[in-house]
Amino acid sequence: MPAERFTLQAVGDSALLVGFDNEISEAIHDQVLTLAQSLDEEPIEGAREIVSGYRTVLVHFDPLVIDFESLGEALHARTGGESRPRPTGRHWQVPALYGGVAAYDLDRIAHDKGLTVEDVIRIHSGSTYRVYMVGFAPGWTFLGGLDPRLFTPRLETPRQEVPAGCISIGGQQTLVGGPSMPSGWNLIGQTPERLFAPERESAFLLAAGDRVSFRVIEQEEFDRLAEQSEDGNCVTRELPWS
Amino acid sequence: MTVDISGGLRIHRITLLCQLQDLGRFGYQGFGVNRSGAMDSYSMRLANILAGNPQGTACLEFALAGAVFEVTCESIRVGFIGDFPLKINGSERLSNASHFLREGDRLEIGASQGGTHGYLAVSGGFAVEPQLGSVATHLRSQLGGFGLPMASGTILPVNQQRALPAAERYFTGEVLRQFNGQIRVIRGPQFDHFTDKGQADFFDQAFAIGRQIDRMGYRLSGHAIEHAGSGNIISEPVLPGCIQVPADGMPIVLMADCGTVGGYPKIATVISVDLGRMAQLAPGTSFIFEEVSVAEARAFLQREAALLSQLANGVSGS
Repeated sequence: MPAERFTLQAVGDSALLVGFDNEISEAIHDQVLTLAQSLDEEPIEGAREIVSGYRTVLVHFDPLVIDFESLGEALHARTGGESRPRPTGRHWQVPALYGGVAAYDLDRIAHDKGLTVEDVIRIHSGSTYRVYMVGFAPGWTFLGGLDPRLFTPRLETPRQEVPAGCISIGGQQTLVGGPSMPSGWNLIGQTPERLFAPERESAFLLAAGDRVSFRVIEQEEFDRLAEQSEDGNCVTRELPWS
Repeated sequence: MTVDISGGLRIHRITLLCQLQDLGRFGYQGFGVNRSGAMDSYSMRLANILAGNPQGTACLEFALAGAVFEVTCESIRVGFIGDFPLKINGSERLSNASHFLREGDRLEIGASQGGTHGYLAVSGGFAVEPQLGSVATHLRSQLGGFGLPMASGTILPVNQQRALPAAERYFTGEVLRQFNGQIRVIRGPQFDHFTDKGQADFFDQAFAIGRQIDRMGYRLSGHAIEHAGSGNIISEPVLPGCIQVPADGMPIVLMADCGTVGGYPKIATVISVDLGRMAQLAPGTSFIFEEVSVAEARAFLQREAALLSQLANGVSGS
């Protein structure tokens, strides 16, 4: 592992934030994933839960078991050790209905960019994305790798409620949502997949480090897949990791 | 375990502000699952001690409003903690106390008279299956709780259908924590995202609990805190107690149901022993933030844990 620079900061008395360089990049995110994987595989006693972000790893700990300094030293020892391969994830092909009832902002984005709606769909579904973070609400998945032609600032006033499975754009990122929540991102489509289904054996599908491609579907297929998804089936396909 | 679900607490009157909560759902925050859990875990632990339960046993949490129940099992010991008036079969009884109830007894919890959250523990705990490791209710993600309509007529099942008669026990004074107008915090990871003036104002000016408060967060009112930068950061994991300051400068204290990530700079974090204290404050209550070190906060938590285990062993406090 290359010599990494990182900061350790207290987030209250029960969490420690490991911060890598302050940017969104695959290289930084690789460092995040490598550390998070190491802490999952060989836990530090007293560390209760590891949550990774774009450039940070938050280590929740029990202050009655370990103190901040000791945890910091253990983390330093961990990151200075032998080199580890960057963890590989899974590559998912998520069905996506562009337009449709959920896509309030698709026409506006196309118009503002001087593109046709078909262009926007072609560009958005033509990229392979990296999952940087799952968070905010169950199954909400933040993706990097958006084509710069589609960068669109967030809405000034968030919507009180957006549909489950929304596909949206916020700044340089795109996301695919879990259950219905408030959101200030620009909606362009919807997946019939339930990214969080508590009754399903695999309650979650996507994880940080995975790859996501979108497969364009039409309303008829959306309705059929949505029904299957409601019945507890996974309607996302897994592609080989290459 | 098979459970006789005919016995427990039959709901006569209830509101959506009554939810089953435990110490929270850990292990899935990396998938966006909210931690949830009791808003005031110290009070929840006390209620369990009164009922003779392990401290982390799930309780009914009441926010502002109360409820009315009828006992449908042979006998039960309940523990209640909170500034809510209590009646049993129409007679006023002590809050912050344990009570022995028999089948047919009517337990009435009135509306809050001060602190905003109350906790009801039943001996043996409620009979519910955990989801993702916890029974904590999170309505939006449809996790936790009883899986039953929280409505008149529903019986909330309990694990033990019979309790031994026991002397009533109650807590007073120090054990119940008097609010002294201070909330203690540790500097947050983005403390330097605020100007010198913003940092000084945060500690020097009084804040009040705003009108927009819920299980996700408490918005504060008072002096706007001045940002040094844009007021945005790359989104990162957060937890209850984090004090985010959006661009308008008005702090929001994240509470039990907060999202797992946030994109606003965090000026400070409420320490563990004061988060429950803060959760009890009603809108309009004013207070100041006082800075403490990580080591001090840990010492306060150790002291609290020691007190709780003394109380659980019946050594002091009642």
